[in-house]
Amino acid sequence: MTLRTNLGYGLLAILGFGLASCDQAKTTLPIYGHREPVERTVDGKTVIDTIYQTIPDFTFINQDSTTLTQAFFEDKIYVANFFFTHCPSICPTMQRNMLKVYEEYKGDDRIAFLSHSIDFKYDQPHILKAYATKLGVDNDQWQFVNGSKADIYGMSEKYLVYTAEDANAPGGYDHQGYLVLIDKDRRIRGAYDGTDDEQVSKLQADLKILLEEQNPSS
Amino acid sequence: MRHIATVLTLMSALIVVLQLAHSCQSTYDIKTMQYVTNGEKVYRAHCQNCHGSQGEGLGKLYPPLTDPDYLKDNRDLLPRIVRFGIKDSIKISNQYFSEVMPGIPDLTDVDIAYVLTYVTLRFGDAKEKYSLEEVKKSISLGKINK
Repeated sequence: MTLRTNLGYGLLAILGFGLASCDQAKTTLPIYGHREPVERTVDGKTVIDTIYQTIPDFTFINQDSTTLTQAFFEDKIYVANFFFTHCPSICPTMQRNMLKVYEEYKGDDRIAFLSHSIDFKYDQPHILKAYATKLGVDNDQWQFVNGSKADIYGMSEKYLVYTAEDANAPGGYDHQGYLVLIDKDRRIRGAYDGTDDEQVSKLQADLKILLEEQNPSS
Repeated sequence: MRHIATVLTLMSALIVVLQLAHSCQSTYDIKTMQYVTNGEKVYRAHCQNCHGSQGEGLGKLYPPLTDPDYLKDNRDLLPRIVRFGIKDSIKISNQYFSEVMPGIPDLTDVDIAYVLTYVTLRFGDAKEKYSLEEVKKSISLGKINK
């Protein structure tokens, strides 16, 4: 009996310790994607650096019919996703949740939002503009972009989000509803199911952690 | 002596049953509750994405389903909107909405009765369920935008 009780307390202690150490590790977010080590020489010594997967340069057209490049997101954290305006399946819920986060940080120039349309045929800038306005987006902090099929679909792979033209999918396009968190160094720091309230809360919590990490003075 | 005990037990049982029946009546009858329960399932599967879990809509893209006057004034029209969709600009909660709503041909007449019962009772202030006859009559008028 005593042995069992002791064992129980021991297990509890281990569990508690494990949880505590998890808590400490939580102050920084992981870095996702592939990585490779590179050797370089600093002051005659060989050091090994890690090259992380990053979002490559891009040129898209936004809802104001102007060119949008990675330069817009310089020195910003941003949340990216893939959608299309007449999507009958997951997009409304995903965008409703993105809107929640946008409203939380509206006017905060440390954070931006980027929605890529995967309907390269229909979602011309004026369609995206009408959509953004009706959604309730009235500043340039949330960008809606369109581009060639190859560019947009190629870019979704870089964000680790699946997208495809698929006649069998509702609305003609199949895609995942991830909200992808990108840091100032264009690295992927989190991906959250935009249709799941719990995951969206996690994004909101992680955004605070990342802001703290990348803007320590604030 | 034993008879009295039995009678008393039976009487108290009867009172409990009557109370239960009464409490049910003071909300909705069992058939209406059944429609609401089934309607909620249909709503989650086919409507919630755009119109939201509380019928709140989304910006000016998707109208809220919480305007009791709109629901009341358009009771005859709602089954046709669900079946065939709507292209007209409509005014809900003092706001115009002009996006196209696609129809949902997959839903049967009784599914439409379920889901509209759910919407009008839970988000509006309706007291009675949509009857199957009511839905059939509305649907028989056909598409809204010819």
